[in-house]
Amino acid sequence: MKATLLLSFLLLGTLPGLSGADVQEDIRRLTQVGPEGAGNEAASEAWKNVAGAGPGALALVLGQTGKTGAVADNWLRLAGNVIVDRALKSGGKLPLAELETFVRETANLDAARLLAFDLLAQADPAKAKALELTLTDDPVQALRRGAVAHLISAAAALEGEAAKKAYQDALRVVRDEDQTKAVAEALRKMGETVDLPKHFGFITRWDIIGPFDNTERKGFDAQFGPEKDRAMASKYEGKTGKVSWKQYESTDEYGKIDFNKPLTPLKDATAYAMASFESHEEREVELRLGCKNAWKVWVNGVLLFGRDEYHRGQRMDQYKLKCRMRQGANTILVKCCQNEQTESWTAEWEFQLRVCDSTGTALLSSSSLFDGLKPDSKPNR
Amino acid sequence: MRSLSMCRSFFRFTAGVSLACLATAAPLRAADWPAFRGPSHSGHAADAVIPKEPKMSWSAKLPGRGLSSPIIVGDKVFVTAADGAGQEKLQVLCFQKRDGAPLWTRQLTATGRTMTHVKTCVAASTPCSDGRLVFALWSSNDLAAFDLDGNLVWLRGLTADYANVSNSLGMASSPVVVGKTLVVVIENDSESYSLGIDTATGRNVWKLERPRSANWTSPVPLPARDGAPEGVLLQSAKGVLAVEAATGKKLWEFGPSASSMSSSLVEGGVVYVPAAGITALALPAAGKEPATVWNARQVNPSTISPLLLKSRLFSVNNAGILTMAEAATGDVKWKLRLTGPFSGSPVGAGDRVALVSEKALVQIVDANAPEGAVLGQLQLPLNAQTKELTLCTPALSGGQLFVRTDSTLWCLTE
Repeated sequence: MKATLLLSFLLLGTLPGLSGADVQEDIRRLTQVGPEGAGNEAASEAWKNVAGAGPGALALVLGQTGKTGAVADNWLRLAGNVIVDRALKSGGKLPLAELETFVRETANLDAARLLAFDLLAQADPAKAKALELTLTDDPVQALRRGAVAHLISAAAALEGEAAKKAYQDALRVVRDEDQTKAVAEALRKMGETVDLPKHFGFITRWDIIGPFDNTERKGFDAQFGPEKDRAMASKYEGKTGKVSWKQYESTDEYGKIDFNKPLTPLKDATAYAMASFESHEEREVELRLGCKNAWKVWVNGVLLFGRDEYHRGQRMDQYKLKCRMRQGANTILVKCCQNEQTESWTAEWEFQLRVCDSTGTALLSSSSLFDGLKPDSKPNR
Repeated sequence: MRSLSMCRSFFRFTAGVSLACLATAAPLRAADWPAFRGPSHSGHAADAVIPKEPKMSWSAKLPGRGLSSPIIVGDKVFVTAADGAGQEKLQVLCFQKRDGAPLWTRQLTATGRTMTHVKTCVAASTPCSDGRLVFALWSSNDLAAFDLDGNLVWLRGLTADYANVSNSLGMASSPVVVGKTLVVVIENDSESYSLGIDTATGRNVWKLERPRSANWTSPVPLPARDGAPEGVLLQSAKGVLAVEAATGKKLWEFGPSASSMSSSLVEGGVVYVPAAGITALALPAAGKEPATVWNARQVNPSTISPLLLKSRLFSVNNAGILTMAEAATGDVKWKLRLTGPFSGSPVGAGDRVALVSEKALVQIVDANAPEGAVLGQLQLPLNAQTKELTLCTPALSGGQLFVRTDSTLWCLTE
């Protein structure tokens, strides 16, 4: 947060009986909460002071939000929530203009901007709504959503070329699945082509290998060749004999990689999919996964996360895995286990994975594992 | 600055005192409905009167989705909800009991996953109270304690603590207070625990590894008796485990299986477990295992939790058949077809049972009638645009019956 903004925002006269330094110390205690409730006693005590400090403390609350973790952010958020609530009930003055300015300043941390917006919405819903309509390109997806909804509504009220242009403008900024779907459907009805896998950044071309064993669901913990062999051989011992990598390209609009197609429908089976992602630069990215089977994901040999759950549901962006890509080629490895269940709703053995930034904006690989390869050749790893 | 420091010390002192006070259990009032299935955890309230022909007393708009039950503490009604594109905005709302006037709203942000099956939602767990604090839990495994005036006392992000605690269909177990311990069940297919949490501080008192299996049942308090300490019953697909509430130490267990959706109830020294229909177990003395009193396969609560009212056991299946059985024997006395389907559990008071169908038809049943009989009905309006359903278990307080949907909190009276 810029110091000038903070100072203009900080109204020390409204801090009853406490100095700005005192409130800062109390806010620091809120940010010191740790795992399993560590620090809760001190935070509980400090929270009362912060919540009671009045609107002048909002700048300090916002200044620390987003710096130490989501749980600490909720302590701060609830303090801000109560400060605004009390000011509204007592007729106290709230720094609405400063909150708006804070939201507009995209250099501020995402979580802090979102809190500032929510506090503004709590204090003055009309002002927040007006602000929201201007946030079409906002890097915080939750802030962008309302503006995009407005664009879609406005496009729906138009006809002909004007409508098409309005939807095309909306497609440029839309990120959420439901809103993107609505825009794509409208454009397609007008004869336009929309490449959804590209829009979302789904990786559709993978090398696939399997089946390996998953009897008694032991495959999730078992380390088969592709996850323990960093050099990556072309063949491994599978569940029923030697298995080798196969190239597979999904034509699914939402990038679903269905192992039942290349490997045939199987039960008690584990498979792997590998892709290379060429990044122009070293950077933070999000790998967003949807999967209703047990799964693990590695990037450049480092395990990001895994989940041993079967057939409880799948949706796009179900899991958001933050990681740092290096410049050049990055290897993404996905493990996907199918269990023993035979009900019709347990047939799926699939995943969908996209690479994007924290807003959900697609990041596309600058080359593919398949590029320059003959159909039967071993991928160059 | 000296005066400021003194002032600050005073604040710290008073805050410390109040925190210490919070550690002392506050007596709940007779008309309170402080948890899922009320003060008895069996679905009935001794002092409540269910309106024979319910009419709308007041309603209040809710800002987010929810199927958790309202709870009542003193003159306040508390409701949880979840709003936002991904249900990431977690809310606790407080209303005045007599007229539904909104008193306060608190909102935090989900720190865990918010994906659920479309029929359920993130605000599925009913909050609970010890009479002084309200404890709210959401499917994202965010857990918050507020005092009755909406002041935050502590917070936990249980997915931040245990990264693989979640269920892609949604979590739904409702927490319960036993003594000074808040018992929270966060059991699922992956990282699976039940926690005993200090009500005053939010810190773990105990943590049990539990079967790695999806579980939506709620823990039930076990009274101290025959040398056995106050306990809590943890139910899962593998059966039930009774542990000491203060320590988490095992008291006894029963298996090999039980429902992972319909919760047990405890009344008069007997535990009624949704297992192979209903299995009644005699609460054992310290160090002993429970004996089976009876088993009734024909009393099948399906996904809905049973009700015990004046030595009669009621269960309703999803299709709408209400079954009454003698609690002493499990013998079925009558079955009554109601207008279903149902997701919420029945509640009772006096000789009446109240049920609310998914389509918001409130049905009051005379439990004394020889074959059971519907005394009165009230159709609540639902939001057709959002296709909302009524999935909650009602709450009772005095002569008031409380029901919530995604959009509205209803108070019904005679």
